[in-house]
Amino acid sequence: MLTLTSVSKNFGGLSVLQDVNLAIPDQGIFGLIGPNGAGKTTVFNLITGLLTPSDGAIEFFGERLDGLPPHQITRRGVARTFQNIRLFKEMTTLDNVLVAMRDPSRYGNFVALLPWTGYRSTEQRERETARGLLSRVGLADKSNLPAGTLSYGEQRRVEIARALATRPKLLLLDEPAAGMNVAEKRELMSEIVKLAESGLNIMIIEHDMRFIMELCRDIVVLNFGQIIARGSSEEIRGNPRVIEAYLGSDNRSDSRPKS
Amino acid sequence: MEWLDNFWATYSTLVLSVGTNVLLALSIYLTLACGLLTVANAAFMGIGAYAATLLTLNTGVPFPCAILGGALLPALVALAIGRPTLRLSGVYLAMATLAFGEVVRVVILNAETLTGGALGLNGIPQLTAWYDVALAVGVTLYVLLRLAHSRVGRTMTAISQDELATELMGLNVGAYKLFSFALGAALAGLAGGLNAHFTFFISPNEYGFERGVEILAMGVLGGSGSPWGALIGAVLITLLPELLRGLGHYRPLLNGIILIVIILYSPKGIWDILQSAPRRARPTVAS
Repeated sequence: MLTLTSVSKNFGGLSVLQDVNLAIPDQGIFGLIGPNGAGKTTVFNLITGLLTPSDGAIEFFGERLDGLPPHQITRRGVARTFQNIRLFKEMTTLDNVLVAMRDPSRYGNFVALLPWTGYRSTEQRERETARGLLSRVGLADKSNLPAGTLSYGEQRRVEIARALATRPKLLLLDEPAAGMNVAEKRELMSEIVKLAESGLNIMIIEHDMRFIMELCRDIVVLNFGQIIARGSSEEIRGNPRVIEAYLGSDNRSDSRPKS
Repeated sequence: MEWLDNFWATYSTLVLSVGTNVLLALSIYLTLACGLLTVANAAFMGIGAYAATLLTLNTGVPFPCAILGGALLPALVALAIGRPTLRLSGVYLAMATLAFGEVVRVVILNAETLTGGALGLNGIPQLTAWYDVALAVGVTLYVLLRLAHSRVGRTMTAISQDELATELMGLNVGAYKLFSFALGAALAGLAGGLNAHFTFFISPNEYGFERGVEILAMGVLGGSGSPWGALIGAVLITLLPELLRGLGHYRPLLNGIILIVIILYSPKGIWDILQSAPRRARPTVAS
């Protein structure tokens, strides 16, 4: 589904990603973990077109993504949420979702302004769909509140609903559970599982290890801009390089890499 | 109906100015609604005024064609300069558009054979009738209100709040900004053309910095939340000096104080106050 071929990213002299090769198969929940500053969000920014790779290629269902403007990438089926929530705070929750809605009608934006084109019924349909997405993340009763007034956890869920409104084939979640309490995390997990079961590909960056280990069968670990491990949660948990990356190397420790 | 004739004889210019100022306020509303601080509207008004006037004076085209030409040319100029300048944001965009305005003024000033230079253009036939202005304002207001309440308006609000997030929702932010900028330029040009055909005389200095600030004041005073805000702002800024005529020399002073008070207490403009007032009055019922 998604393939990164020897992707590198430098900011001036600073190399943030080096020669990352990553092929993610269709269907499933995929985890991307690593210590702070490992380059995880950079990977998301490269996939969504906010950054262009210094070297290498990114393909999505066989089509090159790198070099396309971000909105074109979204239209090809990649949606994301943000590590630091980026909602339209003064707009209502419903409007936030409506902005992202892929217009299914055959009318262009401006033709639709003429009175006899059935624009209103299209708009009505979109509102229904948007409400559906909001109730899916459990926020049906908050649809008329300004998004900025919602709690942190709720805002993260609005971001997911908004991303779903773009009708993605791949959803990138950047620390979706940050700032959530245990109950909220549980709910979010079951929602993510449901989304994956409906055929959506999901890629998650998360610091909560329990969250990641439970959700993802396939996990990649980044450290200093390089992939240091990939595998199931058990394999990742026992991998000495991963343990070193997270805990640091210590000569007396058993977890020291033996290579 | 004699009083009406008298009234019109005295105030026709003022009434028509209210109309063209509403168009100018709506022109800056379009970019303000996207969160863009552009101050090139006075220059676009000037381009429109000169284009329409030159068409009337030098060619035999009918009046509506001259006016449309005056709206089209600034829109084309906006499309050309929009691409590079709209990448900028905030103060930098304001500075770039301000500089563009000065360039336009200086070009008009120096293209003497065409524009008459500092002397301006004299003896423009007074072809603008009240219904021309009314029609222009009516159609513009209708179109912009429909836009504001459609997904276009929603997208513009989204851009004003978070450009990057809007882009990542699959919306071509650059195209929306360019569209607002060019349509705003067309409206300013329309206002310029109409205005030139009732003031008899135009000169480059009418379209300089002061006019730019006045247009901005109309947009900010009324509020960029709705086209109605721009309308209110334009009417107030145009009529206030007349209403305060009795104050003599202190008039500009009070004018300024009113502006400062409104911006201090309602930075989103008068329209925002009017909108939220009834809501505050009655207790909201949870549904």
